[in-house]
Amino acid sequence: MDRNRRNILAGGAALLAVGAGVSVKALAEDRVIPVVARKFVFLPGEISLKKGETVILEFTAPEVVMGFNLPDYKLRTDIIPGQVSRLKFTADKVGTFPFLCDIFCGDGHEGMAGKIVVS
Amino acid sequence: MSIHRRDFLKLAALGGGAVFASSLPGCASMGMGGTDEFYFVQLSDTHWGFNGAVVNPDARGTLPKAITAVNALTVQPDFIMFTGDLTHTTDDPAERRKRMREFKELVGGITNKNVRFMPGEHDASLDHGEAFKEFFGDTHYSFDHKGVHFLVVDNVSDPAARIGDEQLAWMAADLAKQPKDARIVVFTHRPLFDLAPAWDWATRDGDKAIDILMPYQNVTVFYGHIHQENHHMTGHIAHHSAKSLIFPLPAPMSQPKRDPIKWDPANPYRGLGFREVEAEKPSKFEITEFNVKA
Repeated sequence: MDRNRRNILAGGAALLAVGAGVSVKALAEDRVIPVVARKFVFLPGEISLKKGETVILEFTAPEVVMGFNLPDYKLRTDIIPGQVSRLKFTADKVGTFPFLCDIFCGDGHEGMAGKIVVS
Repeated sequence: MSIHRRDFLKLAALGGGAVFASSLPGCASMGMGGTDEFYFVQLSDTHWGFNGAVVNPDARGTLPKAITAVNALTVQPDFIMFTGDLTHTTDDPAERRKRMREFKELVGGITNKNVRFMPGEHDASLDHGEAFKEFFGDTHYSFDHKGVHFLVVDNVSDPAARIGDEQLAWMAADLAKQPKDARIVVFTHRPLFDLAPAWDWATRDGDKAIDILMPYQNVTVFYGHIHQENHHMTGHIAHHSAKSLIFPLPAPMSQPKRDPIKWDPANPYRGLGFREVEAEKPSKFEITEFNVKA
């Protein structure tokens, strides 16, 4: 296993550790939004939230390692096939916020993006 | 009259398309003397193997035109640098190597044989630089030329756009041999700073590289990736991105998506080109941009 692969897996392990810190109660109460990252789209590509809403984005990638990056909220995670990655956050500002895949995944990677709309 | 000025006039006379020459941050005005002055040519983002007539119906003809223009320079540069995305990505390892083989054969037609390469994410991110190394050698290295210390920094072999701690340690050790007032040039593919993270125009750990460079007084970075000129300062460090030789991209965050700019039949090859960089003492660089012409 090369170093880059190890780094990605290490990042994934760290994320899971964070995920484990989310209480069962919180998981039960917060809205969970499944997001699938496949070549070369996020499904859904647009996520609508209400200001103040706390959600858990639950990612899967059926094909290759992907990344989810929401720069305006300084949130990102690796998405590793066979694992579920979770990001919990509160939509505390109104606007349209682009997200993207930030792990190069092939021809079409540059167009792999979406947006979160907070109203 | 400087070497640069002579070539500017020569290319202008040939219709070579010199379109811009001015002082920039980290750059100086024309006209100077000195034994350590020289210039190099930067070409970037050739994306050999790309197929998309809407943005470039002459995808296989654009790079040859640039090579012809470089070969026509009256006074040849000391060296030529390709700053990544030599080839367009493909999932097929055999096709990737075919494109690299074709690219290498094509640039073998450059008269000047002092040609250096580095990868972009299209070359290296899907196989961690394996194919690139087979054809072009190391993905990061340093060299010295006429009093300037050059570092080639790989921020693409990791598909997550990290330089990585190992390479950062190499950078620090390499630079430790240089005095703080050394003339240092960094070639890299992605911007080292957060130009537009929402468009993936950044390096995940680029801030660490800048921290390593910051103690050095005379540092200039030349990069590619964003298919257009951009000039930016992080403290006293100047960063200059180069045009592409396949299709231009929109200005950072100027529109919702970073879709390539469509080919304009009324202005073919608009936004495509290469540059000369003239190194002047003590630490200034004069940039001249050339557009590809039909």
